Amino acid sequence: MAERRLLLLGGTVVLLAALFALWGLRAPYGFILSLRLTKLASLAVVGASIGAATVLFQTVSANRLLTPGIVGFDALYVFIQTALVLSLGGVGYAGLPAMAQFLTEAGLLVLAGVVLFGVILRRGAEDVLRMILTGVILGVLLRGLSSFAQRLLDPSDFAIVQQASFATFGAVDQTQLAIAAALLVAAFGMALRIAPALDVAGLGRTTARSLGVDHDRLVLTSLSLVALLVAISTALVGPITFLGLLAASLAHSLAATHRHVILIPAAALIGAAILIAGQFVFERLLGLQSTLAVVVEFAGGLLFLILLLRKPRR
Amino acid sequence: MIEIQNLTIQRGETTTLADVTLRFGQGGITALIGPNGAGKSTLLHAMTGLLPPARGTVTIEGHDMARARAADRARTVALLTQSENVTARLSVRDLVSFGRWPHHQGRPGDADRAMIETALDLFDLSDLAERPIDTLSGGQRQRAFVAMAYAQETPWMLLDEPLAALDPRHARDLMERLHAMSRPGAHARSIVVVLHDLGMAARYADRIVALKDGRLVTSGPRPIALTGRVLTDLFDTGLEVRRVGGTDIVVPV
Repeated sequence: MAERRLLLLGGTVVLLAALFALWGLRAPYGFILSLRLTKLASLAVVGASIGAATVLFQTVSANRLLTPGIVGFDALYVFIQTALVLSLGGVGYAGLPAMAQFLTEAGLLVLAGVVLFGVILRRGAEDVLRMILTGVILGVLLRGLSSFAQRLLDPSDFAIVQQASFATFGAVDQTQLAIAAALLVAAFGMALRIAPALDVAGLGRTTARSLGVDHDRLVLTSLSLVALLVAISTALVGPITFLGLLAASLAHSLAATHRHVILIPAAALIGAAILIAGQFVFERLLGLQSTLAVVVEFAGGLLFLILLLRKPRR
Repeated sequence: MIEIQNLTIQRGETTTLADVTLRFGQGGITALIGPNGAGKSTLLHAMTGLLPPARGTVTIEGHDMARARAADRARTVALLTQSENVTARLSVRDLVSFGRWPHHQGRPGDADRAMIETALDLFDLSDLAERPIDTLSGGQRQRAFVAMAYAQETPWMLLDEPLAALDPRHARDLMERLHAMSRPGAHARSIVVVLHDLGMAARYADRIVALKDGRLVTSGPRPIALTGRVLTDLFDTGLEVRRVGGTDIVVPV
């Protein structure tokens, strides 16, 4: 049943991808198709990364409301961008080879993310409210630090940080994309390997440990994967806070299973489907070049409020 | 046999269990009793090796639990904690099948499936097997969790307040099943259970272990260890054990 739904989701993504690539295609076909396929691949990589990362994060935090973005990952990204521009200067930052910039940002995000999530989960795993508050306060602190650092920047450097602080799929470097895709495949493979243990982790830390799961190692592995997956997408296009919440919530509803071997691919497919469908509607049907991320944030934010108000859940 | 030698557990600066030495023989039901904060749950968790001791050792069949591999521990002793909040969407069968994890690590075989059916059957859950656990009554839900611990197929089952929030009928039903399981037979288990209901302890326990302020007060066969004097000292309130219709009951005096 769940497997069939996963296949259906896969079919939907393929259909959406075909629509995105081929709808209204005009000459010069090769050039336009290549542009579209690059954008399509970046949408798929980002959506899949965020969707899979959020399911992993929600399982190890035992909370269906939390996403890496909500507990401060996006603020961390903006802070790292600002710190890089401040330390290297706008010219130095812009002069960095694209690949070095991507890998530096991704590396810093993974490192800082594991530390940040580790602190949040270790200090507050038993107390959800405290965990959310810790994340939110860390986010506020990082935003405050970014804001302070941005005041030290001159206007042109500030513009560089501003541009990097919003997700955009407009100009994605193909080499970066290839590396991001390779990392995504590797992280995804690892996530599927630990999927059965994640099913047991859904019973809570003590029960999982009593069943022989090395819970602490599982959490550390999962957090490293979350940090890597979110770093891939954030370093590639910028932060999207609520996409993960949309993808993970829909994956739980549609797949209707506790099995992570289904949930993780389902959330990845839904994340990709949301971005591809959204961008398709924006670009092809409405003829807009507006930032899709804004609409995703709006819909995801609404869902977050609905879930928060519906019933108290861990 | 479980042997506990000079076991001390500390949480930060607080000593939650102090210098406890105990032996649990195989078979039957051992009830852990004592007031809130006595260290009953701590002792139970320490016996599984999940809580590292500050001093002392816990050995089960000669194996030091603090040093045992996680999978070996899970094949020796099953622990049912006071209901953790389960966020996953699980059916009763899904839940019970988690009990087999220590044996198959994600790749269940025929023996695992057979054991799951046995556990469902033994706890009268076969008709509810496909029901989501969040739609069950408190009694059914607790039965499902005990069935999961049973499916773990360990010689020892440690249950932390399994009767909490159960009405008398469901509480008695569960104790009857545990009692039957603890008798000699093909599926016999040695059961250690934390009980606040002294009436249930008087009715079903074969042995009593009484703790207070993290220290062992007494332990032994129920008729010897469960006396009015022990209970009065243990709970700082007047309690007596009386025999009514061939069964011991505990009454406040």
